[in-house]
Amino acid sequence: MSKQITFSIDGVEVKGKEGQTILQAADEAGIYIPRLCYMEGLIPHGSCRVCTVIVNGKPQAACTQPIAEGMTVENDTPELKEHRRNIIDMLFIEGNHFCMFCEKSGNCELQAVAYRLGILSPKFPYFFPKKDIDATHPDIFLDLNRCILCGRCVEASRDVDHKGVFEFVGRGINKKIAVNAEANLKDTNLAATDKAADVCPVGTINKKRTAFAIPIGKRLYDTKPIGSEIESRKK
Amino acid sequence: MAKPKIATASLAGCFGCHMSLLDIDERILKLIELVDFDKSPIDDIKEFTGRCAIGLIEGGCANEDNVHVLQEFRKHCDILVAVGDCAIMGDIPAMRNNIPLKECLEEAYLNGPTVHNPEKVIPNDKELPLCLDRVYPCHEVVKIDYSLPGCPPNADIIWQAVVALLTNKPLELPYELIKYD
Amino acid sequence: MSENLQSEIKVICQAYGNDRTKMMDIVLSVQQKFGQVSSEAMDLIAKCVNCYRVEVEGVVSFYAFLSKNPKGKVVIRLCNDVVDKMAGADAVADAFKKELGIDFGQTTNDGKITLEYAPCIGMCDQAPAALINDEVITYLSTDKVKEIVADIKKHYDPSKLKHRLGDGNNADDIVHSCVHNGIRKKGPVIFADYKKEAGLKNALAMSPVEVINVVKTARLRGRGGAGFPTGMKWQFTRGAAGEKKFILCNGDEGEPGTFKDRVILTERADLLFEGMTIAGYAIGAQAGILYLRGEYAYLRKLLEKILKERRDKNLLGNNIFGKKDFNFDITIQMGAGAYICGEETALISSCEGLRGDPKTRPPFPAQKGYLGYPTAVNNVETLCCAARILEMGAAWFAEIGSKGSPSTKLLSISGDCKQPGVYELPFGIKVKDLLKEVGAEDAQAVLIGGPSGQIIGPNDYNRTICYDDLATGGAVVVFGPERNLIKIAAEYMEFFVEESCGYCTPCRVGNVLLKKYLDKILAGKGEPQDLDLLQELGESIKTTSRCGLGQTSPNPVLTTLKNFRPLYENKVKKYPDGMQPTFDIRKALADAEKIANRQSVIYTK
Repeated sequence: MSKQITFSIDGVEVKGKEGQTILQAADEAGIYIPRLCYMEGLIPHGSCRVCTVIVNGKPQAACTQPIAEGMTVENDTPELKEHRRNIIDMLFIEGNHFCMFCEKSGNCELQAVAYRLGILSPKFPYFFPKKDIDATHPDIFLDLNRCILCGRCVEASRDVDHKGVFEFVGRGINKKIAVNAEANLKDTNLAATDKAADVCPVGTINKKRTAFAIPIGKRLYDTKPIGSEIESRKK
Repeated sequence: MAKPKIATASLAGCFGCHMSLLDIDERILKLIELVDFDKSPIDDIKEFTGRCAIGLIEGGCANEDNVHVLQEFRKHCDILVAVGDCAIMGDIPAMRNNIPLKECLEEAYLNGPTVHNPEKVIPNDKELPLCLDRVYPCHEVVKIDYSLPGCPPNADIIWQAVVALLTNKPLELPYELIKYD
Repeated sequence: MSENLQSEIKVICQAYGNDRTKMMDIVLSVQQKFGQVSSEAMDLIAKCVNCYRVEVEGVVSFYAFLSKNPKGKVVIRLCNDVVDKMAGADAVADAFKKELGIDFGQTTNDGKITLEYAPCIGMCDQAPAALINDEVITYLSTDKVKEIVADIKKHYDPSKLKHRLGDGNNADDIVHSCVHNGIRKKGPVIFADYKKEAGLKNALAMSPVEVINVVKTARLRGRGGAGFPTGMKWQFTRGAAGEKKFILCNGDEGEPGTFKDRVILTERADLLFEGMTIAGYAIGAQAGILYLRGEYAYLRKLLEKILKERRDKNLLGNNIFGKKDFNFDITIQMGAGAYICGEETALISSCEGLRGDPKTRPPFPAQKGYLGYPTAVNNVETLCCAARILEMGAAWFAEIGSKGSPSTKLLSISGDCKQPGVYELPFGIKVKDLLKEVGAEDAQAVLIGGPSGQIIGPNDYNRTICYDDLATGGAVVVFGPERNLIKIAAEYMEFFVEESCGYCTPCRVGNVLLKKYLDKILAGKGEPQDLDLLQELGESIKTTSRCGLGQTSPNPVLTTLKNFRPLYENKVKKYPDGMQPTFDIRKALADAEKIANRQSVIYTK
């Protein structure tokens, strides 16, 4: 029986369990903290920084920061909204995000968070980087133009599938995903049924022959903003 | 008292955004009460006749003619709105951005799988505008005041934006209208 | 060839117990032997240590000294740090390009010599400087470059390069280096004469808890830059649950402008190891690791020799100084060219054979550090101070300095000053007095704490160097009246772009954007709103970044904006015609005009 911890988010009292992170407790309480790289069931990566909240005056990532008794958390403030918009803008201009023909459009978490924040266009210049596509695998194709380096596939493949198909290589702005082979995805043991094939928040890891099956208007984020499913838990 | 003018142009765009604009359907009758259309493919007026309140730009800059038209728009319009993903970030034309121009021209006119060009000529007449080294989103060439994302943006978002700008009200767009595809 | 590779790799991996956590040592050995860690080698290593091949690639691709593609037998790494550039590194760079016939980032046609840039290699007071394999060559000039290249081509063995020997232990046979210590001012703590091993003896006569109390009473704070109270760190580590404890010494000294640990490692390694042993005793560790930055590989043999001597004297090993059951030893972990590994959790990652990514906190290293065990990471200078405190007592330590920052600090001073070098000075010294001391009273600006610190101007020269005012790990760089501070800020941003680990969005992308905007301003195309954007973006990066690098990397921009705003304001202007100043139609048309063999009729020159 876990000890109960009481803390506050934007002045609202929240009860959580010892050992939970701010994000987990908030989710249970029906309070949406925007996030991208976090996925329930995987170890929080803490790379996107979208879930940054102010904890007792200091910025922390809500997905990795454990709750403590009496903690004061600020989430829905104009400053944090601006910081989050800047981060989303940075992700958009870092890659080549061509939503208009992307297989993930409408079901994409990056796009959905941007919609929720009301972003019409990024305020920073586009990098138009040269990134690779790997379509060698019979069932999965990789489009690194869209990768936001969330780390979900790395962790899922290593700790859930026990295959280690994906890992980060390079450093800084050149950091990217590589596969556990000389070069091509087809030379790995990735299968379409792997957890790693299901976790990508954007259109980087795509299952072949499934694109555009869901009509516009019926996709995940067409009518309701991302986070609505969390907020609907609020009593 | 003369009505404010609206001008529109499609640069390196498919005209889908103009079609979307026309999807305002009968609201165009209301629009005409508020504004006159100046230079635009819709009325086929080819040159600016005066100062415009709003310029709607579809498409990014892929060649020097696009740049020239866009610069003219910036000179003549009080407010410039980038309409659609091509104008905002280059969109499909910008897929060529990491490929050298020479290769693009050769693929289009010589090596493409459905090309029939036995004389192997890449068109080169001084009437043809020269291509830029890559496709530039509009805001990289001139100052853009507003952007409406979408491919194309929904008629409703264009309508709401234009009405807000004409009546000097803030642009408050509901969740359903913000789409990047 | 392949069979040879296979057997050699097996031997190397075996030498490190086929231990995956020894990946750094393994790949460094492979790189040394073959000039690369090839794709084939990666597969072989993965098999030997039982990990995924892509994990090996992840490690190799992270560190600057490792490469998948072959490098020459001789790798010349010219330092292109701000201070080296101020001292003339650009002309030296041109000389190398001319003599070798290649550009930076390339290898000569015969595959024998590779030419690269390296960020600060810790030789700022004797710049321009370069690493040639493990050798350090200082005071480079265009003439010297000619000689060096000619010499190298005779034997391709940088250890045979002729040069004057430096002072102190630099002249020792096993160091044999031209580096000089440059100690300008000795103080009572680090470079004073001291009673060797007296601190250790005193410590062993107390209980570990008492040792920690002495260090706490002395109010010793970390000397790497962050200034965390050392006694408290040891106390947390001691109190944490874990079968084993570790003491790690941060010898990564990568903050540009910092070279004081280099001198300690050269001249006071015994004091450092004594301090590490005391720390080990205090926290209950049996093992200590000195993480030595790859750029200081030339000191490794000396350090190993001193460690061996200490073992022979029963100062390391079992039952140290006869103290029953106090068993402690120290190993050296080499780095491989990554500034981020100076961050304590990234350092730990590197020691574990991983990419040098900082770790998620909590848990903190005191709870879960190296291999998951409670770990204390301390700076070189901090551990030396600890040894002196145990020798001389806590009260002695706080005799000079200021209340919040007792005792002395080693400052490594370089740039536009008459006497660059290492100074041991009491905390609380005013910047203007420091400038007088080093011969730089006409300084336009002073960088305190490296690029992750602050750039201040004459308005702040009355402020003091201490943890609560102008904190520093040691780096002080002076900029004379002629220097372009915006250009310097841009160069420091380039450093952070190169060194960011890339894990988190704001640091990975944001620093690139900051540099882009600075370049725009430097090109004369800046606009007033760019200054607001720099401010806003810099603050976002600082607020949301995951580790100390991103939390401080915008400082060169933000502190120059704050303290030298008129410089920026004079460089920007409005563009009322609405055209973007950065759009260059002539450049955009260059390709098409060449292909079409005709000029534009709309946009003539």
